[in-house]
Amino acid sequence: MMNAGVSASPAAVPARPWLTERRRSRIAAYLFISPFFILFAVFGVYPIFFTFYLSMYKWNGLGDMKFVGLKNFELVLTDPTFWTSFFNTFLMGGMGTIPQLILALILAVALNSAFIRGTKFLRAVYFLPNITSIVAVTIIFSGIFANKGIANYVVSLVGLGPYAWTVQYWPVKIAVAIMVIWRWTGYNAIIFLAGLQSIPGDLYEAARIDGANRRQLFLHITVPLLKPFILFTTLISTIGSMQLFTEPYVFLSQGGTGSTREEGVTMVIYLYSEAFKNSFFGTAAATAVILFVFTIMFSLLNTWVSRRMGGEA
Amino acid sequence: MPVGEKHGFLARTLIYVVLIAGAALSAYPFYWMLVIATRTRDAVYEMPPAILPGPELIANMSHALERIIFFRALWNSAVVSASTTASVLFFCSLAGYAFAKFDFPGKKWLFLLVLGTLLVPQQLSVLPNYILMSKLSWIDSYKAIIVPGMVSAFGIFWMRQYIGASIHQELIEASRIDGCGYFYTFVRIVLPIIVPALATLGIFTFLNTWNDFFWPLVVLKNNENFTIQIALQQLFSRNDSIDYGMIMAATFFATLPLLVVFALFSRWFISGLTSGAVKS
Repeated sequence: MMNAGVSASPAAVPARPWLTERRRSRIAAYLFISPFFILFAVFGVYPIFFTFYLSMYKWNGLGDMKFVGLKNFELVLTDPTFWTSFFNTFLMGGMGTIPQLILALILAVALNSAFIRGTKFLRAVYFLPNITSIVAVTIIFSGIFANKGIANYVVSLVGLGPYAWTVQYWPVKIAVAIMVIWRWTGYNAIIFLAGLQSIPGDLYEAARIDGANRRQLFLHITVPLLKPFILFTTLISTIGSMQLFTEPYVFLSQGGTGSTREEGVTMVIYLYSEAFKNSFFGTAAATAVILFVFTIMFSLLNTWVSRRMGGEA
Repeated sequence: MPVGEKHGFLARTLIYVVLIAGAALSAYPFYWMLVIATRTRDAVYEMPPAILPGPELIANMSHALERIIFFRALWNSAVVSASTTASVLFFCSLAGYAFAKFDFPGKKWLFLLVLGTLLVPQQLSVLPNYILMSKLSWIDSYKAIIVPGMVSAFGIFWMRQYIGASIHQELIEASRIDGCGYFYTFVRIVLPIIVPALATLGIFTFLNTWNDFFWPLVVLKNNENFTIQIALQQLFSRNDSIDYGMIMAATFFATLPLLVVFALFSRWFISGLTSGAVKS
């Protein structure tokens, strides 16, 4: 690319024949990309190895480190609280992700079929929740889910409740899932909308001429061509839900600093408390490794299932 | 369904109902926050919920100001987010330029490595980074937040795509022949052309840094250094019963700058969002 035709450039100073234009451009390129690799080495690579290393030591962050082999993994994996956090993560993740994607798809299809002027405005409105900080979102929804708040008023209209949303097993999870859904539905809708708009209109034309009805158009054209977008959003939200932290942490810590209740503890909250509340750095590192393994497994499983369910496009 | 298709009256009505319901559900919590922020502390428990704003916004906000160093926290967030953004824009466009327009051994692998780092979750490195920060005595300082975020893999990817498509090789060669150095060419020729991409990446980075909670929670210890997110959470977890009027007023004023930024730049932001997705 670069080195073809530039050797005649006056920049190639004849006094230093070894420093050819080609070499100079390589040096410049390496210099230009070096900040990333330096920072990545310090704050990315080294920490990952150190986490694996730390997971085999007993350490409180201050005194001596003591090698304990796989003991930390055993401690974490036999801790009932860890398993509570594990199931909470998956329950809240599933309850947040699945409705979120379905709602997003409905919104995107509706947006795509409306010929109104306000589509741009609507997109911005749908996207608003996503730019708000999770802390602000959680505080707003904590008001909604207060004991005598709107949520209980609404469920009382259909003869249910009242629920203690910050205490009871399912209400805690539902409240957190709703915060997640509210924050991410618009984001996914916009991704889906981009997908819908990338489908060429003549495909529909051709199918309609062949006598396809609206349902067939949707199932045989829209869904298969939207598959990469569905895959993308599913993967992103799966990884996101594995890392669920702020919503349950802030929601459940009201009235006391970070006294997270079992009903809402997630794997990252577990990790955080092990490290920064209890100073068990070894088990916290082991938790990080376990979380990492689960994330990879779950992402792979997710991709595999979506491929299978989608069939051949 | 594709644009251009004719819908029946019923289908059209249904579409509008869905769209308006979606918009109402997205916007209502913001509006409700404003309503509660402008009313007395018990307004949150009034049923049916209050509809119009009241007169208590100033009073509520002054209560919040007694509890947290609100403006200091806003300032901290602004400094941290602005410096991170400036740095990300500079280093990512520089690296993106190198990956898009230079030939060098290992280019492919190094770029794959950049993309690969996107898959590593932050939690895997949080402990060693915390230990590192305390060894460097960076705990409780701006540096602890700014330095690890000074360049991002996503940013490099984003800039490489944009520079690859928008800068012609001849332009760079012409500038070189005129005697510009590589860096000077970047600053004088490349940067002015990629302003739209810089704007998008800048907004993304700014919002993400501004909204981050996990890492600042880990490394910030002292009230004076809290970012606005940590300060809000602190305000929220007081041991006495929560004064929702006060907390909503603070949350409202903390969210307002973002809403303004978003209103000004949403066009760039949304198009950036979808062009990222289309490529994957």
